[in-house]
Amino acid sequence: MTPKTETDLAQMITDASGPLRITGGGTRPIGRVIGTPLDLSALSGVTLYEPGALTLVAQAGTPVAEIETLLAAENQRLAFEPMDHRALLGTTGTPTIGGIVAANVSGPRRISVGAARDFMLGVRFVDGSGTVIKNGGRVMKNVTGYDLVKLMSGSYGTLGVLTEVSLKVLPAVETSLTLTLKNLDDSTAIKAMSAALCSPFEVTGVAHTPSTATTHFRLEGFAVSVAYRADELSKKLAPFGRTTEAQTDWAAIRDVHAFAKQEGDVWRISVKPSDAAALVAKLGAVSVQYDWGGGLIWALCPEGHDLRAAMGHTAGHATLIRGKGCGPTFHPEPAPIAAITAGLRAKFDPRNILNPGIMS
Amino acid sequence: MPVPDAAVIARKDRLVARLREVLPMDAVISDISETRAYECDGLTAYRCPPLCAVLPANTAEVAAILKICHELNVPVVPRGSGTSLAGGALPTADSVIIGVAKMNGVIETNYDDRYIRVQTGRTNLSVTGAVETNGFFYAPDPSSQLACAIAGNIAMNSGGAHCLKYGVTTNNLLGVTMVMMDGTIIEIGGAHLDAGGLDLLGVICGSEGQLGVVTEATLRILHKPEGARPVLMGYDNSEVAGQVVTDIIKAGVLPVAIEFMDRPCIEATEKFAQAGYPMCEALLIVEVEGSDAEIDAQLALIMEIARKHNPVELREAKSADEAARIWLGRKSAFGAMGQINDYMCLDGTIPVSALPFVLKRIGEMSKEFGLDVGNVFHAGDGNMHPLILFDANKEGDLELCEAMGAEILKLCVEVGGCLTGEHGVGIEKRDLMHVQFATADLEAQMAVKDVFDPKWLLNPAKVFPLDSSSPRRAA
Repeated sequence: MTPKTETDLAQMITDASGPLRITGGGTRPIGRVIGTPLDLSALSGVTLYEPGALTLVAQAGTPVAEIETLLAAENQRLAFEPMDHRALLGTTGTPTIGGIVAANVSGPRRISVGAARDFMLGVRFVDGSGTVIKNGGRVMKNVTGYDLVKLMSGSYGTLGVLTEVSLKVLPAVETSLTLTLKNLDDSTAIKAMSAALCSPFEVTGVAHTPSTATTHFRLEGFAVSVAYRADELSKKLAPFGRTTEAQTDWAAIRDVHAFAKQEGDVWRISVKPSDAAALVAKLGAVSVQYDWGGGLIWALCPEGHDLRAAMGHTAGHATLIRGKGCGPTFHPEPAPIAAITAGLRAKFDPRNILNPGIMS
Repeated sequence: MPVPDAAVIARKDRLVARLREVLPMDAVISDISETRAYECDGLTAYRCPPLCAVLPANTAEVAAILKICHELNVPVVPRGSGTSLAGGALPTADSVIIGVAKMNGVIETNYDDRYIRVQTGRTNLSVTGAVETNGFFYAPDPSSQLACAIAGNIAMNSGGAHCLKYGVTTNNLLGVTMVMMDGTIIEIGGAHLDAGGLDLLGVICGSEGQLGVVTEATLRILHKPEGARPVLMGYDNSEVAGQVVTDIIKAGVLPVAIEFMDRPCIEATEKFAQAGYPMCEALLIVEVEGSDAEIDAQLALIMEIARKHNPVELREAKSADEAARIWLGRKSAFGAMGQINDYMCLDGTIPVSALPFVLKRIGEMSKEFGLDVGNVFHAGDGNMHPLILFDANKEGDLELCEAMGAEILKLCVEVGGCLTGEHGVGIEKRDLMHVQFATADLEAQMAVKDVFDPKWLLNPAKVFPLDSSSPRRAA
């Protein structure tokens, strides 16, 4: 089914007799979902863009590339740097803004500016009963009623089908520069990344690639400012070695290209950075990549590996992004939280037809 | 407010006795001479002493209190420091106030991972106070930060002058310990980033104490910038000032704050604080951060934009003292307006592009209603703060002021904005929610409360129009 309008979509959901599998561009098939495909790609187009107000409103099926092109023409961008999953997951198709919101997809810059959910200003969606609901708006500060915009961000279509999103954009930058440190072990690399994040020099990307023993620090902004901060950051990082300027491919880090061609399950783990190295040591992963100063671990594991058992009681969560895995795709929740989640799903989707099976 | 439940009031003695079983003697306040201290919050026009007030010292005590109230079907109104301007902590005669004031400790500070965990009765400013010797700060900075509690900040998703760069509470909140109305203690989020499942933290933040009582919070802390410096600009008309704001943002500079004041506000402030502001139609304060060299570079660009629009005054702070003087007037604005008369402070948000039109309309309304209005607001994000002056001792003036306030907020919604940018709905804007939301929109929000608080006992008569919530409250 391919609705052309929000009204079409509402009717289709009202009339649905069984489970629906909601897709935007179909580039992020995370979780096991069955059902009739409900393709949102025809609900496409930017409906409002005010560069002076840093605001953009788009229909959910709008290609991300279309939005990025439009923004680039005004020297602006999606600051949360959404990941493109295609290489890692071997998918084709066109990533959509609705997919990004539904999966709360961010990139390396999340550590300094926030996640996709932090840039969401408003949503329109159709719930599991076919009712059209709006929340938030198109202004940057809005505490009018409950923040269902956050609730919808990262809900993988389980509470409603997004039809329109409104988001905050930011100016693009004049210059970007990356400093690297070499040959640090994981634990030391995380200390170095923390040192950078605990400075006033506004690093906007802090990642560590153990396979090449390289730790990356990205600075962005006006040229004079970047040059100054690069000097200062190098001094601050001196106890960890001598930094060199490098041409780091941040898109490759963002999209986890390193695991794209390798066999195995891919897990995405969010923990507090200072727990990361000890956790990785006991994970049993074939290979890992650290982002967000160590707070985000991408782990490549043998197929079927029980990663959560290896995680033990480390605070945080792990999501199976690719492969067979072991146990549920999304991290199991403690009973009272699982009860709230189930309660919300029952309210917003009483017939349990929206992406059933995902996030549960 | 709805008529209080006489049956609940009749059972006061039993309730108080049960609460005394789980709390120390001095933590249960039931004498009418003492409950009066909790009769209102910052929205002082509305007052009502609660049935009783309790001051728990920890999460376990909060859980014990809520369990009892849940069992006895007694409404509960959570209270931070009581600075809400929207009546978020206004009690009803049949309710128990849970005050978190005693719970003000720091539980953990972690600089490597950049967070602090506090009890939520701690004041906003003292969170920064706990980390500033190490060079860190907590970013959201509501004007009431000296007094307001983190509990209230989370309830209202508070903002501040610097959120253009740092975001509001929801963007700086990593985790909470929350007690549900039935006494269940839950942990959501933590020191790690983002939710593994549904973003419950995102919906709890800003839910005005209607989903649970947040007792502990993990907050993101940031290293302080090397320095900050403001520049002041004055313009002959607000449209031009609005254009300057747009041009600055489009030029790719992201100031930490862009504040705007109009003539009535400038005049009042000058009389009160003598900050040396130019008498003009629109005054902007733009602040940037960084090292000296970075600030110089950013301000050069900003000043160049400002000059293109023929300012009547353009003044860059050359010293800490000059910076303080530039901020002095802005920070005194509310006090200055309060010297003239009683005032009502609104906080609707509008798209920045609608600024000149909205200011013009507010000026016209001021004439129609015969009430003076001063405008001071966060221009970068469109969060307005019209201050309507009225005389509380004059018959009918408050009602006239509220009517005008409602018209201004409707205007904000009409131009694509919203009723409240950072103060919350509370009771103040509760019955205007229909202006912004359709029935289905409100039903969806109330469905969330149904899940967290099926009996609708937590702060029940707030946020939603009474006619919308009445079937649920009566059930």
